[in-house]
Amino acid sequence: MCGIVGLLIRRPELRTSLGQLAVPMLDCMGDRGPDSAGLAVFENPLDAPALRFSLYWPGGGADWDALLEQHRQVAGGDVTLDANADNGLLTSPVSPVAVVEWLEREWPGVDLLSVGSCIRLFKDEGHPRDIASRYGFESLAGTHLVGHTRMATESMVSPAHAHPFTAGEDFCLVHNGSLSNPNSVRRRLQRRGIVFQTDNDTEAGCRYLEWRMREGDSLEEAIEASFGELDGFFTFLMATAEKMVLVRDAFACKPAVVAETDDYVAVGSEFRALAHLPGVAEADVYEPSPQTIYSWAVVDAAATQTAAVVS
Amino acid sequence: MSDTRDFDLAETSVRELNQFLHAELPGSEVTRINVQNPNGQHSIGAGLDCPVEVEIHGHAGYFIAGMNKQARVTVNGNVGWSVGENMMSGEVRVKGHASESAGASAHGGLLVIDGDASSRCGISLKGGNVVVAGDVGHFSAFMAQAGTMVVCGNAGANLGDSLYEAVIYVGGSIDSLGADAREEPMEASDVETLRGLLAEANLEGDAESFRRVGSARSLYHWNAEAHQEY
Repeated sequence: MCGIVGLLIRRPELRTSLGQLAVPMLDCMGDRGPDSAGLAVFENPLDAPALRFSLYWPGGGADWDALLEQHRQVAGGDVTLDANADNGLLTSPVSPVAVVEWLEREWPGVDLLSVGSCIRLFKDEGHPRDIASRYGFESLAGTHLVGHTRMATESMVSPAHAHPFTAGEDFCLVHNGSLSNPNSVRRRLQRRGIVFQTDNDTEAGCRYLEWRMREGDSLEEAIEASFGELDGFFTFLMATAEKMVLVRDAFACKPAVVAETDDYVAVGSEFRALAHLPGVAEADVYEPSPQTIYSWAVVDAAATQTAAVVS
Repeated sequence: MSDTRDFDLAETSVRELNQFLHAELPGSEVTRINVQNPNGQHSIGAGLDCPVEVEIHGHAGYFIAGMNKQARVTVNGNVGWSVGENMMSGEVRVKGHASESAGASAHGGLLVIDGDASSRCGISLKGGNVVVAGDVGHFSAFMAQAGTMVVCGNAGANLGDSLYEAVIYVGGSIDSLGADAREEPMEASDVETLRGLLAEANLEGDAESFRRVGSARSLYHWNAEAHQEY
């Protein structure tokens, strides 16, 4: 079954409440997906060349201080680490390729969940409520987030098989549904040298879209192309640094509800995931149409502040 | 004697509400139920079987008033999937929009959607009447066997696919007809039926401007030479 949630803040003052608003959404959608969960939160971009690297160090043996100390020596510069249980956010000017090599060489037990200027990713096994509390989702701040609660139907339950899936930088996807041709999509991408971490169908969809974007498509163009390539049932919710994007397949048998106000855009598999949001009773609540791309841009906080000062 | 009972689903569970509706309500003095804070919860008022007025204030979830008998249920908001599913009699009215499979498999009664209904509205209809003031999504009235569906707005793709003996009246445009569905002439009896349903649903509409869609009945018998092309 699975549940998806998304929240994009339009009123910048609400950004500090992003996690607080989103936790009940995930908790509620735990009814649709109790075996694992994940969340990708987007914050303001870092100054280049610094990037955020989300790390997952399962097993409770994490010695984050040692990892940070050693990375500082490798990087030779400005490095920070925000560790939270098994999840750590490393910010570093080292290139993604070099970080991957360093992790494989020095810290083989640590998985790299996401890379980007804005994205931080969490995912783990267990009930979404417990995962939210384990990683302190309530205190997360940012411009937008997407989350997922999983009821596995087509590949194993593991943190790596939980959503969101990522590919490239600052791109992630959560999926309610199942693809029927992930194996052929994966084989075609593998022949192009694209590396997969799991046998999960959603990872195939995620890497297909990211490959199209690297070939020059916009996300919307990549989705248009995917209509002819990805076969199956899906409600896809995606995020980049600039936007949150939703699409349902032509049959639209996997649900989604959108609530829009001046303050936010919220997406959930069901309305009850949104029922606690402030002002939702007056929100524009609608069901997205099949095979139609919905794209909501992140409001530029800096621009908003500047405009406020000028006026 | 008439009596009203109020339930606040922020404080009472749907299970407690439905247990009251099933066990204590029939034969009691209560003729009216108000339900506050539905908050998208599922199965509110499912399995009603007595002449009572139920009003739900806010957006509700899946299977609202499913299997309804006799009761009049009104939702002042949107509903999720399968409102009035397998309804036997009575009336269910949604003042907002309905998600997928509204009125699925309804055997009797009247379902009215004041807004739009999404895909598969009236799927497998078995004798109930479904009246939608707005539009319906794709594959509406799929395999509908008996009863009537009225769409005052526009119908999405594949309307009436694999239709049996149910009849559809459409006031607006039709994206496409499904396999074996065909447009048929509006007879005087159709206009009369439609006027009756619009009046019952308390909706305006020029019955003579509607189109009738029925089954061509070519799928009733298997044709091996059709090679699955219909």
